Amino acid sequence: MSRRSIDGQRSWMRPWRICCLAVLLAGSAAAEPVRIGSKNSNESYLLAEMAAQLLESEGFEVQRRFGLGGTLIAFDALVAGGIDLYMEYTGTLSQAILKLPHNANRQDINRLLVAKGLRLLPPLGFNNTYAIAVRRRQAEALGLRSIGDLANHAHLKVAFSHEFLERLDGWPGLAQAYGLDLEVTGIEHALAYQAIADGAIDVTDAYSTDGELLRYDLVQLRDDRRFFPQYLAAPLARTDLSEEAMALLRSLEGALSDDRMQALNAAVVVDGRSFAEVAAGFLGERGVQAGAQTDDLWSSLAANTAQHLKLTFSALVAAVAVGLTLSLLIFRRAVLARAVIYACGLLQTVPSIALLALMIPLFNIGATSAVVALFLYSLLPILRNTVSALCSIDPTLLRVAGALGLSRREQIRHVYLPLSMPTVLAGIRTAAVINIGTATLAAFIGAGGLGDPIVTGLALNDVSFILQGAIPAAILAILTELAFEALERTLVPGHLRAAQ
Amino acid sequence: MPPQDRVRLLNAVAQLVDVGKAFDGRWALQGLNLSFPTGLATAVVGGSGSGKTTLLQLINGVLRADAGEVRVFGEPVPQHRPEPFRRRMGYAVQGAGLFPHLTSRRNMVLVAELEGWTEEAINARCAELMAQMELSEDMAERYPHQLSGGQRQRVGLCRALMLRPRLLLLDEPFSAVDPITRLGVHECFGQVQRQEGVSALLVTHDMREAVRLGDRLVILKEGRVVRSGPTEEVVRSPNDPYAEQLVNQHL
Repeated sequence: MSRRSIDGQRSWMRPWRICCLAVLLAGSAAAEPVRIGSKNSNESYLLAEMAAQLLESEGFEVQRRFGLGGTLIAFDALVAGGIDLYMEYTGTLSQAILKLPHNANRQDINRLLVAKGLRLLPPLGFNNTYAIAVRRRQAEALGLRSIGDLANHAHLKVAFSHEFLERLDGWPGLAQAYGLDLEVTGIEHALAYQAIADGAIDVTDAYSTDGELLRYDLVQLRDDRRFFPQYLAAPLARTDLSEEAMALLRSLEGALSDDRMQALNAAVVVDGRSFAEVAAGFLGERGVQAGAQTDDLWSSLAANTAQHLKLTFSALVAAVAVGLTLSLLIFRRAVLARAVIYACGLLQTVPSIALLALMIPLFNIGATSAVVALFLYSLLPILRNTVSALCSIDPTLLRVAGALGLSRREQIRHVYLPLSMPTVLAGIRTAAVINIGTATLAAFIGAGGLGDPIVTGLALNDVSFILQGAIPAAILAILTELAFEALERTLVPGHLRAAQ
Repeated sequence: MPPQDRVRLLNAVAQLVDVGKAFDGRWALQGLNLSFPTGLATAVVGGSGSGKTTLLQLINGVLRADAGEVRVFGEPVPQHRPEPFRRRMGYAVQGAGLFPHLTSRRNMVLVAELEGWTEEAINARCAELMAQMELSEDMAERYPHQLSGGQRQRVGLCRALMLRPRLLLLDEPFSAVDPITRLGVHECFGQVQRQEGVSALLVTHDMREAVRLGDRLVILKEGRVVRSGPTEEVVRSPNDPYAEQLVNQHL
């Protein structure tokens, strides 16, 4: 491309246009990338990574949407077309999603799934069912062998994951099947292992192939009454996924035994190897040339931070625009103002992860849902501060502004906004800092950001991963505070600044 | 109507014909027939609740009369887009009502900037007014909270006079300053008002102030005019018990 062109001034536009064109052409020529999801458990990450590398080895382009915050988020994302496949368990599908009777088989499941445009491919081999885990030493000391034995030990501290507490094939059914009447509390699954190892709790639910069972020397209580259904892991894909990709995934049928899976999980959670590395090792043994692309810490940190800023910043800009406009429209009408502020307060009471999940049917998984949820979260502090600032402006000043012949717009620009600026800025600042924290949860709906390493770290119970997200997020929050202080110094004369 | 009154009406900057204004079914002002002669200062005196602030708001169009007609600059007060109309009159209030986020100078020149005046014109007018109101140059960059009450009042008057209005509306602008300072501001204001040839409508509860600054007096009681006329005439013969009481008590 020549740097000097005939029409001189406009030459700068040319490379741009050509680039855009090239991108458009490339996009339409290449096949759509396969978007692979995973739930936020280490096994789900590992299986998803295996599928990703397997497809990549055959030339597929793959997008990883890992760490989705739970079964329903992953399943909804698949139905809505936000991802093309993820690894699911037969038991989860039949019990939690399709509400089928005990131990439905894959044919039963597929008959129902086809209506949703989904297909469950042949299982990978192992059965990762629920297990009730206790410390080996305590089991031996108390003579605990089967789940039924718990009935005689009401003093044990029992904590189950939230999902297990809710599911029919979890605690409610188990308690009924074994006639157990125990006091139980809820705990995040990833934290349960540390808690049981430390003796903070004595009994928890586990997955039978969890690597942590080896790591913390836990034993599984026997399910004498065969209460837990089978949880055979299998790729769950959209029926519009290409046949070539389906065929590759079918080649994994029966490739993993219970012990093999537990060992692979342990390689990640006990030995601290990366998902990519372990997946590549497994595929390598099967003669698949898979590349374990290891992300360099700094580049992934930079990418996560950039994504995090993008999420928070777009949500904040939208919230500022909407919040200020809405405030100016409603602040003169006390009843309306109060109603709007209450409505926003109501939004605030929706737990952030739930608000994120509610966005999926509307905007699918990914950044849009996260930005909308963060936007809704930011509205209240901005709206409340702006309305109260506008309402507390000295009425004499407003009378003077009107009498001097300032139009409504000029009054807003020269009187209302500057006078309410300190309080408005404080509201925006609160919203920004809340956003930075809440945006870490966006990783649960595949929006990326600094929550990504945190979610991975939670799945692995690996503090160093968690810190890779938490430290930069904390630094961002501090920088945001400082930036707002600087902004306040430039926008607000000293004597009007909020007391420091 | 006697001929001399007709002449005066032609020369009025503002006039009220049979004007009434009610709030919640009660007349705050009733049967007002007043004219404010061009170039003179008219002081409207009355206690609280006499309707004197309402009178000002009828003239600048913040309120609309429920009866009669208010004419300013020879035309009825506009109902829509009152901004250009209001910029032809200055406005100053008790305590000055300066915008706390703006320096004195910015307070004074804001409307001129919005009117699109050139910088030279703004600077010249600003310097002229500050000199007239005896404000030293270093006051320009101070914020309102850094000024004394009297200085604030002077800045407020500069702001009201910035656009060279034909009419000044003054809502008890001197009542928040101490009596000694007030005398200085009065003197200054009287000079500027005559020099600029601007008509002024001063609302006050202070008879002494009204007599000192007003060429004419209007005495309001419970929404009605009890006495009006040239100041000397009213003081000499109040012709009304309330007016007489005001004159005797305060002078």
